Amino acid sequence: MTQTANHASPVLTIAGLTVRIDNTGAGSRAPGRAVVSDLSFDVHAGETVCIVGESGSGKSVTSLATMGLLPKDTLVASAGRIEIDGEDILKASVKRLRELRASKMAMVFQEPMTALNPVQRVGQQVDEVLRLHTTLSRAERKRQVLAMLESVHLPDIARIYDSYPHQLSGGQRQRIVIAMALILKPRLLIADEPTTALDVTTQKQILALIRELQAEHGTAVVFITHDFGVVAEIADRIVVMNQGTVVETGSREAILARPTQDYTRMLVSSVPSLIPQARDPITSETLLHVRDLNKVYGKNGLFKRGTPVAAASDIAFNVRRGEIVGIVGESGSGKSTVARCVVRLIDPTSGQIMLGEADIATIGSRALAPMRRRIQIVFQDPYRSLNPRRKVGESIIEGLLNYGTSRAMAVEQAARALALVGLPPDSVERYPHQFSGGQRQRICIARALVMEPDILVADEAVSALDVSVQAQVLALLEEVRQRVGIGVLFITHDLRVASQICDTLVVMQHGRIVEAGSAEMVLTQPQQPYTRALIDAAPGRGWDFKHFRPSVPEPAHQA
Amino acid sequence: MSSSANTALATPGTAPAAIRSPFRRTLSSVPVIIALAALAIMVIMALFAPWLHTIDPVQIDPTQRLKPPSGAHWLGTDAYGRDVYSRVVYGARVSLVVGLGVAAFSMVVGLAIGVAAGYFRWVDAIVMRIMDGLMAIPGVLLAIALVSLSGASLTTVLVAITIPEVPRVVRLVRSVILSVRNEPYVEAAVSLGTPTFTLMLRHLVPNTMAPLIVQGTYIFASAILTEAILSFLGAGVPPEISSWGNIMSEGRSYFQLIPGLVLYPGILLSLTVLSVNVLGDAMRDVLDPRMSRRL
Repeated sequence: MTQTANHASPVLTIAGLTVRIDNTGAGSRAPGRAVVSDLSFDVHAGETVCIVGESGSGKSVTSLATMGLLPKDTLVASAGRIEIDGEDILKASVKRLRELRASKMAMVFQEPMTALNPVQRVGQQVDEVLRLHTTLSRAERKRQVLAMLESVHLPDIARIYDSYPHQLSGGQRQRIVIAMALILKPRLLIADEPTTALDVTTQKQILALIRELQAEHGTAVVFITHDFGVVAEIADRIVVMNQGTVVETGSREAILARPTQDYTRMLVSSVPSLIPQARDPITSETLLHVRDLNKVYGKNGLFKRGTPVAAASDIAFNVRRGEIVGIVGESGSGKSTVARCVVRLIDPTSGQIMLGEADIATIGSRALAPMRRRIQIVFQDPYRSLNPRRKVGESIIEGLLNYGTSRAMAVEQAARALALVGLPPDSVERYPHQFSGGQRQRICIARALVMEPDILVADEAVSALDVSVQAQVLALLEEVRQRVGIGVLFITHDLRVASQICDTLVVMQHGRIVEAGSAEMVLTQPQQPYTRALIDAAPGRGWDFKHFRPSVPEPAHQA
Repeated sequence: MSSSANTALATPGTAPAAIRSPFRRTLSSVPVIIALAALAIMVIMALFAPWLHTIDPVQIDPTQRLKPPSGAHWLGTDAYGRDVYSRVVYGARVSLVVGLGVAAFSMVVGLAIGVAAGYFRWVDAIVMRIMDGLMAIPGVLLAIALVSLSGASLTTVLVAITIPEVPRVVRLVRSVILSVRNEPYVEAAVSLGTPTFTLMLRHLVPNTMAPLIVQGTYIFASAILTEAILSFLGAGVPPEISSWGNIMSEGRSYFQLIPGLVLYPGILLSLTVLSVNVLGDAMRDVLDPRMSRRL
């Protein structure tokens, strides 16, 4: 095909695709539930189409169907066409599919560690793609692999060629995966949340890399994500999916500025803004006072040997009544360590954690027991935070029963806590698997609040939730803070979430506090270069989602 | 609060439908049905031994030595004139008691030690070295040594067979506890002030039940076999108690005359062990996929 012909007709055409759950194994004759219904869109060469949707929308299933990777015996494409350069994937034989993969269509997955074979050197793994699809000599293959590693901007390529995946960082691994995907210059690249597991600074680099390679080779890119910031950065066109159907398609401007469907409008406006609102200064009493907190792992002991690692050094901050203090940082910054130390799930090496008058940093477990109820924690993963074998009611009253409350009283308080988080009272009779992720997180918040703590620690509590559910839970925290008057320590890596609800921000890097101050000051006038880099790397800074327009440049912002 | 929070509760009871089909499918496979039937026969033999046309298994009748099967003695007689059929039927009792007893004791002891080893690091360091040491000694040899130390009786045999089986259970329980210990819901229980022992019973132990039950069936089979070996070698239950191993041991010398003395208990032994193993496999197929889907 000539270049102009390619440019005119789409590289990927999906028409009327329906994917159902395969019931034939269980002997049922009724067609299974449709996971994707009547999906249609196309992608041209050199274009980036972003598929956005919440969990369960069917976006990953679409990409798997395109690659011919639908899990057998579970899902089956029951209707529609998927055409790559005119060839129908759904009708292709297994052999033909194998030829097409990597040479015409390639995929990059979310988790770079599990995408690479941990017992094989990465150079070999990239080489395997060439070995399977070409007849080049070994020397020529190695030359091409090294050239590809160069083009994904990996440093020291000779050493990396011989490295194992565990010796590389997450960003480097993802570059290797991209190298494997693009080495045969496929016409179509499908990227399924490739940057979700990476730090925001690494994410920026990977997005730039994909854009660069796309411009060089004219690849059609399908980018699946739930992060609207990323969409605002890289999309040419957007496909919005919900529950397996397309809600709306359009250009980037059309969807972000003038969405026609209610669902799209709801989704876009749920994205928190990077610019924090002005807040009243907090003048109430200090509930939590942390000073000189240190946590060192691997100190030389009787049986241990090895270099000590300071996970947290000289941490100091306060949380006042009614205040939400945010700790932001990338992975490895020590923010989760600080959260766990404060709740005494791990024991700090030294320092002071003052809850009112009492210092709980280094006291023994017997003295700690009565203090535990004053500081409670909500975890990141709502699917693992509740014991799946116990009814929700039992989980909520467990803490109260531990402190001697009678069962009748505890049940009553649990009902009140459930009302506070907006769940119906009959939830106590249900099991966790009967609730959605957002609802489970509310249950965890109820479980923490029923203890009537002074401080609530939220350790990435909304990171695993869809953006619309996230907005609800954040609103809930805001309401709880006002009604109950507790102090909240909010750990997050997402600056948007931090800017939405935090009064004070603490920025951490490599176990130390880099910058601290009111959220407004830190986000609009960052003093430290690291903070500035963090804010710069946040995708979608140029777009104001809540108001469906490009963001108005801040007059006081220092570039 | 927005209305969607109150109205959008997930449809209840979606999980059980998916669980029932592998259970039913496994139960309806032919090997499993045969295994269940075989075990049922053994249990009936053991429970109702006096009423199954048996006579006293230790009753000696020197005039009827080594007779082939006949109307009076369905499987013939042994070297002392005892009715082989009665001995074999009563032998089922010993085997089942030993199998159940060993399985139960080793599971209880293994569970207790395993939970402690999984949860407390210092206990882990000490206990696992002891377990490694125990596992290094061949089970049968260890059992023989223990029996010879304390003399032959059913209790001694039970204890002697239990001890070599415990390390495997400890390892299994410990690995489950290690993986569950760091789950957020366990950490949540800690932060809610749940005392350690209650935490273990309520949140950790239920996760061990499925693999423990599967392991229990394998221990059951292994214990029956070990008891037969011990009795065969003369280091098992005292000779007045008829056990399949005993019968085979005594029948060894007369194999050419009356092969039945070795064959009949041998067949029953093999059948029992095979059935228990088939059931263990079936249970693992039922319980494990459900476990991994739950998690």
